[in-house]
Amino acid sequence: MVKKKDITKGLPDPSPLMDEILAKYPTKIAKKRKKGMVINDPSEEQEIQANIRTIPGIITQRGCTYAGCKGVVLGPTRDIINLVHGPIGCSFYAWLTRRNQTRPAEGEDNFMMYAFSTDMQDENIVFGGEAKLKDAIREAMEIFNPKAIGIFSTCPVGLIGDDVHAVAREMKAETGINIFGFSCEGYRGVSQSAGHHIANNQVFKNVVGLNDRDRKGKFQINLLGEYNIGGDAFELERLFEEAGIELLSTFSGNSTIKSMEYSHTADLNLVMCHRSINYIAEMMETKYGIPWFKVNFISAEGTAKSLRKVAEFFDDAELTAKVEEIIAREMAKVEAVKAAVKPKTEGKLAMMFVGGSRAHHYQDLFNELGVTTVSAGYEFAHRDDYEGRHVIPDIKIDADSRNIEEITVTKDEELFRDDLVAKKEAAVAKGMEFSDYVGMMPEMKKNSLVIDDVNHWETEKLIEFYKPDMFCAGIKEKYVVQKLGVPLKQLHSYDYGGPYAGFEGAINFYNEMERMLGTDIWKMVDAPWKSEPEIVGSFAFNG
Amino acid sequence: MRKVAIYGKGGIGKSTTTQNTVAGLVEMGKNVMVVGCDPKADSTRLLLGGLAQKTVLDTLREEGEDVELDDVVKRGYGQVRCVESGGPEPGVGCAGRGIITSINLLEQLGAWDEKFETEYTFYDVLGDVVCGGFAMPIRDGKAEEIYIVVSGEMMAMYAANNICKGIKKYAQAGTVRLGGLICNSRKVENEREMIEQLAKQIGTQMIHFVPRDNMVQQAEINRKTVIEFAPEHTQANEYRALAKAIDSNEMFVIPEPLEIEELEKLLIDYGIAN
Repeated sequence: MVKKKDITKGLPDPSPLMDEILAKYPTKIAKKRKKGMVINDPSEEQEIQANIRTIPGIITQRGCTYAGCKGVVLGPTRDIINLVHGPIGCSFYAWLTRRNQTRPAEGEDNFMMYAFSTDMQDENIVFGGEAKLKDAIREAMEIFNPKAIGIFSTCPVGLIGDDVHAVAREMKAETGINIFGFSCEGYRGVSQSAGHHIANNQVFKNVVGLNDRDRKGKFQINLLGEYNIGGDAFELERLFEEAGIELLSTFSGNSTIKSMEYSHTADLNLVMCHRSINYIAEMMETKYGIPWFKVNFISAEGTAKSLRKVAEFFDDAELTAKVEEIIAREMAKVEAVKAAVKPKTEGKLAMMFVGGSRAHHYQDLFNELGVTTVSAGYEFAHRDDYEGRHVIPDIKIDADSRNIEEITVTKDEELFRDDLVAKKEAAVAKGMEFSDYVGMMPEMKKNSLVIDDVNHWETEKLIEFYKPDMFCAGIKEKYVVQKLGVPLKQLHSYDYGGPYAGFEGAINFYNEMERMLGTDIWKMVDAPWKSEPEIVGSFAFNG
Repeated sequence: MRKVAIYGKGGIGKSTTTQNTVAGLVEMGKNVMVVGCDPKADSTRLLLGGLAQKTVLDTLREEGEDVELDDVVKRGYGQVRCVESGGPEPGVGCAGRGIITSINLLEQLGAWDEKFETEYTFYDVLGDVVCGGFAMPIRDGKAEEIYIVVSGEMMAMYAANNICKGIKKYAQAGTVRLGGLICNSRKVENEREMIEQLAKQIGTQMIHFVPRDNMVQQAEINRKTVIEFAPEHTQANEYRALAKAIDSNEMFVIPEPLEIEELEKLLIDYGIAN
């Protein structure tokens, strides 16, 4: 049996662990990596280095700009053809790997089960791929007749200078449907984060505000940064519908391009994944006056808190009563499961290195089970996701960030909602907070180790030091961690599970953790002769 | 087989010099193959008597996988085997990648099979070493000796020096060496002395000084090398001399490119100041 650390009197000081990790690096690299590690103290302002280039040779968790743009932000939208301009591998490996689900209405378009690619060949690299891209668009039009096509640039497109935007303009004129391009070549940024920003810009420029829709309810909202992994969005939609909240559009779980077109008619934007979508939230507020605040529907408490916040904003007695009724009913169910599961999970240790929000959100779910997060970090987040949005003015804009277009958004005089500005002011006067995200670090325990862009060497050392009961990351980490005797839950794709959002999601997660934490199977991965002596025999020699 | 690549600033006369030199080698009885590495596909025009060549990349595009060596190799003056790599229209695609594809294909098709008894392969490469693709002939030992065509004009010398940087990079890891500078005269003052000095400082030689002569233009307009068009002319003898110098060359070096200040000083000492 591995000896557990005693954390009843607080988390151990991880300084020796940090020293051991850094001692292995060359001096210059150790200096750089050290800035990405913080021994957390929530009572102090601490700075972490984030969103900078990964050191070559380090086995990083990160993905590329194209993955962030195509795979994360637009991948879950069902009625747009997401056409990848590039070699086939880029298309195949960014095709629904996150298990985004969708539920089209009868007769509605759903292209998510297809992988669209121009399948560039050597010849298209040498002579340019624009003609093949146009042909692919025409072919897609002929077969599927979609409402919109998005063109995603892979690395070679930027190298050979194919102008996807010019092709988009030309084909838009030819076909009469909405076609737009993304300059999201994989190498454009230090991680997938750049791809999120590029996706936000293009969706805002080319989709948001294209169509109006008549009001359908008293409370119209958008949910931003929710990607319907394992059916998360379905659970949230159920709650909104029952409460009488009209969800116009989600960016982008279970979503349609059509709904994004009229998303500017919302009264409020809720932001789940701050890192991937805060740009659109900000731009919509500037242009249309729609306020936004951060929510977290991961964990039962978080869901209740987020729903209450929405009710508080709308300040409507009927809505508030309905929300409270739902919370009371759902929490009773949640508590019953929690009471059964928590005794088995209490006191366990978890660590999570994932995403730009998930490593924070899931700590709430673990807290509900009495599981302590001893170490956490993001793959591709920025300082504001760690330290809170108040540090944004102090974030150094480096050359890599300048590589991404910043679009200037101005107030739309006709559509700007002064009433929402007034509503926000009233809510602020009552103490509500908008346009804010406190970040992960202030909500983590003292002495927890926060690490940005963790790598495999560090992962192994962390496991050795903390001997955690649960590790949360992605497919690239899964098998290495399991071979070290620790179960790994994928938070990019939920393995085969989910939903984990909302109340039902919390129940699912509790049950999943009971299952995963209750097994010793991963402790048995060592061959028996590694822990027990081999059978010993001797010769009997009869001379 | 000797594998030679000719580099130099755009417009300096690489193709003309290459083809005339090749004609000189052919006269000497050498078996030569010329591979044009310029998307404009005009590196073999004088040997073939016009732009009659179908490029490797065009053939590949039209025929698909089913390309025969005879589709892309044409016999020119004195049985020289001529190939044009070809490439995209200006401003699209990747010409560098095209050269890589094209040379790989030629190798696969057996363009250098022993049965051809090739004694010389000349790669005529577009402009400067602009990117990895254009360095293809000097990578992986495709070309082993480089000659740089240069004149006494500053930008030509600047380009020559830059090309030396590219050669140095690959020379340290491979077999490629600089064989010398070919001065294609622009009638700049002190040109011969200046290029000799430049060559000396880089650590190489000026292998030949080709004087400027209108006969080159005349031959060119007739789609012929000078050696074919006017074999008795003195300019034809210049190219014969160059061919002979290359054939007997034994000086192959890793160049030491100059710092920009040194290059400027050279120009002041020999050129502008006089």
